[in-house]
Amino acid sequence: MSQAVLKSAAAADERLARRSPLRRLAGRPEFGALLGAAVLFAFFSVVADAFLRASSFSTVLYAASTFGIMAVSVALLMIGGEFDLSAGVMVTTGALVAALVSYQLTLNVWVGVVISLVVTLGLGLLNGLLYVRTGLPSFIVTLGTFLMLAGANLGVTKLVTGNVASDSIRDMDGFDAARAVFAADLDVGGVRVNVTVLWWLLFVAVATWILLRTRTGNWIFACGGAPGSARAVGVPVARVKVGLFMGVAFTAWFSGMHLLFAYSSVQSGEGVGNEFYYIICAVIGGCLLTGGYGSAIGAAIGAFIFGMTSKGIVYAEWNPDWFKFFLGAMLLLATVVNLVVRRRAEPSR
Amino acid sequence: MTGSGSAPLVRLTGVGKNYGNVIALREVDLQVSAGEVTCVLGDNGAGKSTLIKIVAGLHRHDTGTYEVEGRRVSLASPREALDLGIATVYQDLAVVPLMPVWRNFFLGSEKRRGLGRLDVPYMRRTTRSELLGMGIDLRDVDQPIGTLSGGERQCVAIARAVHFGAKVLVLDEPTAALGVKQAGVVLRYIVQARERGLGVILITHNPHHAYPVGDRFLILNRGRVIGHHTKDEITREELTALMAGGAELEQLAHELEHTASGAAAARELAKGAEDLRPPPAP
Ligand SMILES: Nc1ncnc2c1ncn2[C@@H]1O[C@H](COP(=O)(O)OP(=O)(O)O)[C@@H](O)[C@H]1O
Ligand SMILES: [Mg+2]
Repeated sequence: MSQAVLKSAAAADERLARRSPLRRLAGRPEFGALLGAAVLFAFFSVVADAFLRASSFSTVLYAASTFGIMAVSVALLMIGGEFDLSAGVMVTTGALVAALVSYQLTLNVWVGVVISLVVTLGLGLLNGLLYVRTGLPSFIVTLGTFLMLAGANLGVTKLVTGNVASDSIRDMDGFDAARAVFAADLDVGGVRVNVTVLWWLLFVAVATWILLRTRTGNWIFACGGAPGSARAVGVPVARVKVGLFMGVAFTAWFSGMHLLFAYSSVQSGEGVGNEFYYIICAVIGGCLLTGGYGSAIGAAIGAFIFGMTSKGIVYAEWNPDWFKFFLGAMLLLATVVNLVVRRRAEPSR
Repeated sequence: MTGSGSAPLVRLTGVGKNYGNVIALREVDLQVSAGEVTCVLGDNGAGKSTLIKIVAGLHRHDTGTYEVEGRRVSLASPREALDLGIATVYQDLAVVPLMPVWRNFFLGSEKRRGLGRLDVPYMRRTTRSELLGMGIDLRDVDQPIGTLSGGERQCVAIARAVHFGAKVLVLDEPTAALGVKQAGVVLRYIVQARERGLGVILITHNPHHAYPVGDRFLILNRGRVIGHHTKDEITREELTALMAGGAELEQLAHELEHTASGAAAARELAKGAEDLRPPPAP
């Protein structure tokens, strides 16, 4: 009996070798997004003359990177099965903390940067613990912290500065060094490229490595895909989820620092609504809303699509209102592709 | 392979369990030795799950004794049971469907190299060879485990427990949701685990699944043992009759005999199918 089984297994291996590379690629989570990005790129190249210039491309990349950095951690969180609606305003909170602390206490800006990191990570920890302890859906928990942070950003800033924006910290100690790290313009072969693009690529690479090549990555997929099964084989589900919320907080801090050192002051009402753009980038990139499936590279492609669409419409000299229309269409399309993917992977008996 | 004379891997004696004022188990004896399959049979609510939850460390027993390899224990958690080599595969908490087979196989016990890096080639290779060794026809260890059949998924979960050093396998209704062929795959696999020298506790309400693979049969009804037999003491028909549904099956056979077309079916029913038939639909 087992002879026959072994033989049929060997035959199965031969079947495997005949599967074409294209079908393998089509099975990956980011395939749909890659296809969409190619089509969109071709489309804007045709309809917008300015689109193919190197400087335009760098503008597209910059827009993609500022959203893409957040989309990386939001994608990991979504793969782990959760949402963070406070991600958008947390960026502003991070920037405000650094700006207000440095300015009001007349400290080196790096002190503000570090305090902001501690505060922001603390907010991520709070999101995570609230979720784990209450057992409420993360959608509700972070909707609460979203509203609280949005209110606090405005309230505290007005209280401290008497204004809706923080005071400029351009002349303070350490500003130039911090700007070089978080918001420098680099010259790459005569083209201006913002340093955020490099950070973005680095974050995507690190996140991809974590997801695919570490135990933590295995646990993230398992926590999103089937938390009960994960727990049954000894995966610390609560710890993984708290860690993912803190990952979002970390990139929120980083994005906040970029915001602060790019403009030297921060509008306290900023960031509201961006959380949805991060989620949209992740979903267009192949992350399932239900968790357990997706990739960081996909989220990066999603952010690239986001950048192309937002800037391409400007280069095509259309009314920018069409941006949201496009984005919505992309989102629907991506979700349908995801659905097909999931059907194929669903248990079959 | 069976260490005859040595203490059984798991032995429960006179075990009882109450949930508040509900008496779920009373005076139950159960034993399984290396290289042996003990089947626990019973209708819904008979106390099967309660019994294996005690073995698996999810519940503590209230009365009686629980011995593992001759030593008395009182398990406080599934982790303690695992450390003693007792692994439980629950039907609905076995795998993560969207993850590749090899990631499922090593989930929670990942093999790592330096810098926390996963040893992917090793894990792929090991998954493939472990499953092949157990006769599972797998196209690709990278396919999502959800694309496998229900029976294959159960097999992977069992193979995982075996690979990570289980001495006793506890399987809660592994064939309940499966078709005839799939159930056959799982049962064949249980036989392989037994041949490797493991002790297996198989929970099922289907005597047709239990009889071909079991060495001992424990029949529960309303929390009490109504039969405890070794294979040479009991026939398939007797086992079927002992089950809560046995009386009704006999009744059905009688009724069918009175109709011409039903006669053949009745003979089938009475003799019991040779291979693994599911119970006839009521
Ligand atoms: N947690 C519990 N609390 C109270 N009663 C329970 C609990 N679990 C099981 N029971 C009762 O104990 C009896 C045995 O249940 P169970 O062991 O699940 O049976 P089986 O698995 O054979 O269907 C049933 O009457 C059930 O209602
Ligand atoms: Mg049960």
